[in-house]
Amino acid sequence: MNRNRAAQVLATPMAALLIAFAGAPLVMVVALSFWSFDGLEYHPDFTLANYVEVFSSAVTWTIFLNTVKYAAITWVLTLLIGFTVAYYLVFHVRVLKVQIGLFLLCTIPFWTSTVIRMIGWVPFLGKEGLFNNALIATGAIDRPLEFLLFSDFAVILTYVNLFTLFMLAPIFNSMAKIDRNVVEAALDAGASPAQILRDVIIPLSRTGIALGSIFVLTLVMGDFFIVRVMSGGQSTSVVSAMKNNIDQLYYPQAAAMAVLLIAVVLILVSVILRVVDVRSELAK
Amino acid sequence: METKSKSLSFWLLTAFFVLFVLFLYSPMIAVFILSFQGPTGGMTFPLRGLSLHWFTDLFTSSRYGDLGGAFQRSILLSLLAMLVTVVVSFFAGLGFRRRFWGSGALFYLAIIALVMPGILTGLGIGTIFQTLGLRTNWLVSGLGAHLSWTLPFGLLIMFAVLNRFNGAWEEAARDAGARPVQVLGMVTLPIVFPGLIAVALFGLTLSYDEYPRSLLTVGTRNTLPIHVANLTANVTTPALYAIGTLTTFLSLIVIAGAFGTISLAARKRR
Repeated sequence: MNRNRAAQVLATPMAALLIAFAGAPLVMVVALSFWSFDGLEYHPDFTLANYVEVFSSAVTWTIFLNTVKYAAITWVLTLLIGFTVAYYLVFHVRVLKVQIGLFLLCTIPFWTSTVIRMIGWVPFLGKEGLFNNALIATGAIDRPLEFLLFSDFAVILTYVNLFTLFMLAPIFNSMAKIDRNVVEAALDAGASPAQILRDVIIPLSRTGIALGSIFVLTLVMGDFFIVRVMSGGQSTSVVSAMKNNIDQLYYPQAAAMAVLLIAVVLILVSVILRVVDVRSELAK
Repeated sequence: METKSKSLSFWLLTAFFVLFVLFLYSPMIAVFILSFQGPTGGMTFPLRGLSLHWFTDLFTSSRYGDLGGAFQRSILLSLLAMLVTVVVSFFAGLGFRRRFWGSGALFYLAIIALVMPGILTGLGIGTIFQTLGLRTNWLVSGLGAHLSWTLPFGLLIMFAVLNRFNGAWEEAARDAGARPVQVLGMVTLPIVFPGLIAVALFGLTLSYDEYPRSLLTVGTRNTLPIHVANLTANVTTPALYAIGTLTTFLSLIVIAGAFGTISLAARKRR
């Protein structure tokens, strides 16, 4: 009992800071969504007008669908790439030092500026960019492709470029913990590589896959800057629409949409956490 | 394992890995090369000569606003966020080794903080400050917004670190007559030290690079990511790449320092 009390005291600063700067802001956003807005200012109130407005607008559903599309495509791509790279590093690179070195090589870009790495695609994708010039030089096309920059393609390319590491790192971490003897035992029992992958490696990497999925899905669903810049302002995601509302000081409308988004994100995350008990797996 | 098909899959995967690394690094490499663009060159290839023109332009022209001030604020803010994150996550991690009243709720609060879109955290904090009649300020509301992002990361890393920590080591020290403070300082802390460096590195860089959470919480004075993001809308010269090269270079120095410290600590222990 005494020790539990001590543990509670140790966690108190974390609890206090998270309540102040995450819990309270969340409550505030929910409260804000019920406030009224008279065209100039917003006031504490209890009205459902913001929700009615958000739900009745066809635009809302279009941009929600658009956001879900971005999230789904990015999730599939980062999962495939992240899993394959982690699998290669853990099961095909035998020397531990080389393995860790190559993993660190993948993590270095993560420590540098996101904005700058995004801008770095412009010289590749632009009308006179490297891709178009190379394609024209090989004769594959005779006019520059327009869809490369300022398009959904550019947005998803940037997402995958920036977020794959968030999938790779947790999967690498859980794969590295897999006991080699288990894999050897499966081999001795006559399992094919595909069977080992499906019945041993994927189930034992599930914590990493779950964590990585949570990271990638929430990063994509929370983004407004990449979609705005890389689509050239042509595409909208939920948060970029919200950001437009905020810029015009339509805070209550933005908050109503936010509550909807947070609900979707939390349902997604709790489904993932229900399938994989991340906390007890991490504590293993 | 040395069958023919195995080696084929090995080479295919190696090729995939090389392509992945190229994909990861190519924007950075392009930024680096183009930052040395000649004075008449543009945002894309080809290079029209090599020069330091755009770097000197950053320091001499007033076109780029208070770049130096934004940089200083970002450095100070990320150092503060790092310090708080390391200390708070360390103790919370120790606490979480037992199930205490509210531990489940706190874990879920950390997950919520992690998955909440950054701009909403910022909107919430900004509105709370406004409602209370306070001004948003990069050192108070800005720091708090960053902590809502770095603390959950710190906690998750501490879970992973303490996972490999054997409680018997502390028991042994206690049996040998160590006081709680001595156990903490002479047993627990040295063993989890490399993990704390990792927490520090995350705290520092996540805060240094944070954009959405900063936007509505730093008040009138911008941090570096906001400043750079604003510049992307107005500046259409390779000066943008020069900023990129400089900030990337600084980040790399910080990482090298962190890993140097980890390996030094590891060597000392041997």
